[in-house]
Amino acid sequence: MTDPVSVKQEQGTSLWQDAWWRLRRNTLAVLSACLLLVMALACIAGPWLSPYGYEEQNLLLGAAPPSAVHWLGTDGFGRDLLTRILYGGRISLMVGLIATGVALCIGVTWGAVAGYFGGRIDAVLMRIVDILYALPFMIFVVLLMVVFGRNLLLLFFALGAVEWLTMARIMRGQVQALTQQEFVEAALSLGLSQRVILFRHLVPNALGPLIVYTTLTIPSVMLLEAFISFIGLGIQPPQSSWGSLIADGVETMEEYPWLLIYPGLALSVTLFALNFLGDGLRDALDVRAAKD
Amino acid sequence: MWRFVASRLLQAIPVLITVVTLTFFLVRFAPGGPFDGEKAVLPEVKRALEAQYRLDQSLWSQYLSYWGDLLQGDFGPSFRYPGRSVNELIAAGLPATTELAVYALLVAVVVGMGAGLAAALRPNSWRDYLPMALAMVGICMPTLLLGPLLVLVFGIELEWLPVSGWGDLPGDKILPSLTLGAAYAAYVARLTRGGMLEVLSQDYIRTARAKGLPEAVIIGKHALRGGVIPVVAFLGPAFAGLLCGSFVVETVFQIPGLGRLFVQAAFNRDYTMILGSTVFFAVLIVVFNLASDLLAAWLNPRVRGALRGQT
Repeated sequence: MTDPVSVKQEQGTSLWQDAWWRLRRNTLAVLSACLLLVMALACIAGPWLSPYGYEEQNLLLGAAPPSAVHWLGTDGFGRDLLTRILYGGRISLMVGLIATGVALCIGVTWGAVAGYFGGRIDAVLMRIVDILYALPFMIFVVLLMVVFGRNLLLLFFALGAVEWLTMARIMRGQVQALTQQEFVEAALSLGLSQRVILFRHLVPNALGPLIVYTTLTIPSVMLLEAFISFIGLGIQPPQSSWGSLIADGVETMEEYPWLLIYPGLALSVTLFALNFLGDGLRDALDVRAAKD
Repeated sequence: MWRFVASRLLQAIPVLITVVTLTFFLVRFAPGGPFDGEKAVLPEVKRALEAQYRLDQSLWSQYLSYWGDLLQGDFGPSFRYPGRSVNELIAAGLPATTELAVYALLVAVVVGMGAGLAAALRPNSWRDYLPMALAMVGICMPTLLLGPLLVLVFGIELEWLPVSGWGDLPGDKILPSLTLGAAYAAYVARLTRGGMLEVLSQDYIRTARAKGLPEAVIIGKHALRGGVIPVVAFLGPAFAGLLCGSFVVETVFQIPGLGRLFVQAAFNRDYTMILGSTVFFAVLIVVFNLASDLLAAWLNPRVRGALRGQT
């Protein structure tokens, strides 16, 4: 310790700092994140800034190709396509986020309880997950929309209810492994309640794989919503989502191909970005569990 | 082996009970009877109809008699098409859907494994990057967009292939199969590449190389068997996805298959048809998951023990 120059302060890096550093070096993931941010901002602000309303018809104009006035053209009712895409983006992104949030809430609680308490509770809870896993869930979403009407709120919950199963499995595995560690014992000996241990100490430590899986769940929920709207059971006109815009575009793609191409571009670019970001996060956090 | 099969079959029982019960009561909760919306029916006719469809009985006894019919393989009469049974409707839609699913699976396996192999044999070269980039496109591109785009390019602009239809023209099965198979081909390519890369780094492959075996034998005989296990395990669950994907493809290409029948039944509130096809899909999914597990176990005896622990 005589030479102060050679003594370097060893700077510890936390898991999150480490992951953040690795993520920043992944150009594709950073680009994807930026693109998603731009897309989200555009969808939030776009419909306000646009001089046209999403349901504002201009029947005299009809379907017009992209021009300086209507940047992405108009549909058969003369509605501005760009405005409709941005408005639809709000709904598509909202479906993705809210349904994933629902899935996250159910899955995390379910999995954490199963993993922490173990024994019979674990056996029963995971048995239920196993059974639900084998159900043709897509069909149930269609069924729910038919039975209870085409309700946006219901769509969020139906889609969330489909996706929570894997989250519960991931969470259970994580919590099970963490419960063996000393800090849980320490917390127990401090006399903390089980609820505090579970949600304050165990859940945050298990977040890594969950974040990765969440980024990969959002695109699959958005895809489901697009599918439901595509077959006409989701978003109802004059509202729009990317799925319903694509469905409309398909009907007239021979005459007005732009009505199919631009909504399709918006959906697939977003899905691309989410997938790349998810992959990047997986590599950055070094998660194996979320690989399948 | 038989114990494994038996235990998997036993696991299928609660699944099927849940499917039937959930669907049955969900459908009964739906507002509006099946005969509403038609022109006014005479009360006695309505009563006769309700008796025929057992709607005059209590919910519980309806549920029990549905199980009774189901166990005899009878899905009951269709609400929407009087005089036709759900069995007939399913039988009418099944051939087209099966054919489509088989072609799509063929596309997925042939294209996917080809691309995955090409990538695994020359990792980190353009022969790796190109197929893997395409696979990423295949995974991200939704079926409901890919189908119309293919139609737009090959059907309308180039006029090489028919735009829709099924079985009328020789070329009309190409686009639907490609559309449905593309995403699965992409997954299969990624799984094949991963599986092959792992196997190729194993000792027994090095031994085979050291013995001076020709590369074709090493790859084709020794590596492939281990390398395709992830693919086989994927194919069972993929089949379930193929069925749901066929909803979109059958709608886009107007194929008279099960998926379109189900969507139509959902719109028409043809309750017995919805119920019947849901149960039918569930049985198919259970059977295919079992088949792919068995195949994976047969390819690799080590998997057998591991499989028993999970679903």
